[in-house]
Amino acid sequence: MTTEDIRSCFPQLERKVFGKPLVYLDNAATSLRPKSVIECWERSASQTTANLHRAVHQVAVEATEAYEAARKAVAEFINAAETEEVIFTSGATHAINLAAFSIGEAFLDEGDEIIVSETEHHSNLVPWQMVCRRKGAIMKRLPVDENGRLKIELLDSLIRSRTRLVCVAHVSNVLGLVNPIQEISQICHRHGVMLLVDGAQGIVHQKVDVQALGCDFYAFSGHKMYGAPGTGVLWGRRGLLEQMPPMFGGGEMIESVSWESSSWAPLPRKFEAGTQDISGTPCFVPAIKMLQEMPQNEEIKEFVYKALTAEPGIRLFGTTDDMSLKAPVFSISAEGAHHEDLALIMDKMGVALRSGQMCAEPLMDRFGVTGMLRASFAPYNTMQEAEYFLSSLRKAISMLR
Amino acid sequence: MTLREKQLEIIDNFSLYEEWLDKYEYLIELGKSLEGLPEEKKTEDRLIKGCQSRVWLDCEKQDGVLVFSADSDAVITRGIIAMLVSVYSGQRAEDILADDFSFLNELGLKENLSPTRANGLVSMIATIRAKAAENE
Repeated sequence: MTTEDIRSCFPQLERKVFGKPLVYLDNAATSLRPKSVIECWERSASQTTANLHRAVHQVAVEATEAYEAARKAVAEFINAAETEEVIFTSGATHAINLAAFSIGEAFLDEGDEIIVSETEHHSNLVPWQMVCRRKGAIMKRLPVDENGRLKIELLDSLIRSRTRLVCVAHVSNVLGLVNPIQEISQICHRHGVMLLVDGAQGIVHQKVDVQALGCDFYAFSGHKMYGAPGTGVLWGRRGLLEQMPPMFGGGEMIESVSWESSSWAPLPRKFEAGTQDISGTPCFVPAIKMLQEMPQNEEIKEFVYKALTAEPGIRLFGTTDDMSLKAPVFSISAEGAHHEDLALIMDKMGVALRSGQMCAEPLMDRFGVTGMLRASFAPYNTMQEAEYFLSSLRKAISMLR
Repeated sequence: MTLREKQLEIIDNFSLYEEWLDKYEYLIELGKSLEGLPEEKKTEDRLIKGCQSRVWLDCEKQDGVLVFSADSDAVITRGIIAMLVSVYSGQRAEDILADDFSFLNELGLKENLSPTRANGLVSMIATIRAKAAENE
């Protein structure tokens, strides 16, 4: 697929903002949706709206088939050992909260320890604070160095007899660096510790094989991988998921209910209480297809990386000599120009960026900044857009200084 | 000048700029010329929550009127608070409370600034009103 072919699949790229062509560089927050995903959503809305699993009528059967086809597609995409290990959620945040609650109930006691990396998005940090507070467990920090690289050489010594779990992002949403999950999982498993990976960014930029990665849980969202907003996945190993109690009760998650007690449905339904996103979840099928068909644009990534590292007065966070370890996610600070001012001005130039703390306040503290400006690229972004981003950035900085 | 006269003056100035980048240039100039606050006054209790940038607002009562001074680490925000300070500083608390702050809509600021910014503006207005209520 050429970039032009790719662009023709994404209707929103045709729109303008403030009279200027939209240059959408906020893909790490939410990616745009291809026509195939929009059509899938519409098909559900206009043809197969019905509740899942329970009803016997034809429309419900079709809705259930579309929903379960998505589960199968996701399982194959991430190479899960079993389709039933794929649990649908409303997003990565929901997935990690679910994991945190149920892991806490099943595996955490007072005084147990969890190790969380310093780079984490709040969605892979706050749920662990909450479960630690509830269970009397202790949260430990795995730090990063000045370049944003995780100091995994410290992991061995951070893991102690009471450590139960390590939580880390596959790719940091701020730094765009790929963490060595395989290496981390080997360390964890040597000590008999579980590993949960926040794959919200990783699923977009890396080939994910959960069995090869060796992690125990992997969470991600649909809306960052060209799918539907409000959809997500928690993958977990069956052996662990079987031991974990559900977080939500009601709907299809039961096996049987009496006045006194209930028993749970088998995986994955045990964790899918209530009516699911019958329109959004089937969109994983066309979204995965799109993701697989679009080549990653290495040329643009290297061009932007080199330009930003060479630009005077700009600091790029998350640097590496090995470009295979860098996703096209660029967070910067500029001398004499506040990130929010830059984002506001560049918005009026048609460039959609993210500014602020990027849902990672501890990481902002680590680098001594109140926020950053982030540009994140997708395969539909062009070299001209990359050049326009850089020239707009220079213009905005000169307006502010 | 009365509060309304000041508002009309700002609306008049702002309407000279048709392009958004020119409006921002104007706000940046206003922001740069705002006197701001000395470092020792940039304290947690003067910090306004809800803004993406940090905003500090100080309020003193002098001769029956409220004197506002403010600062921010972002210059466009400084420009906006400079406008707010020039309108509301030197006014009586009851006049501030009687105003509905709709002049910001007349400026087109609320709609056109980003939602996070609009939240910041809403927080700034709420803080100015709260200060006025304390000193009524």
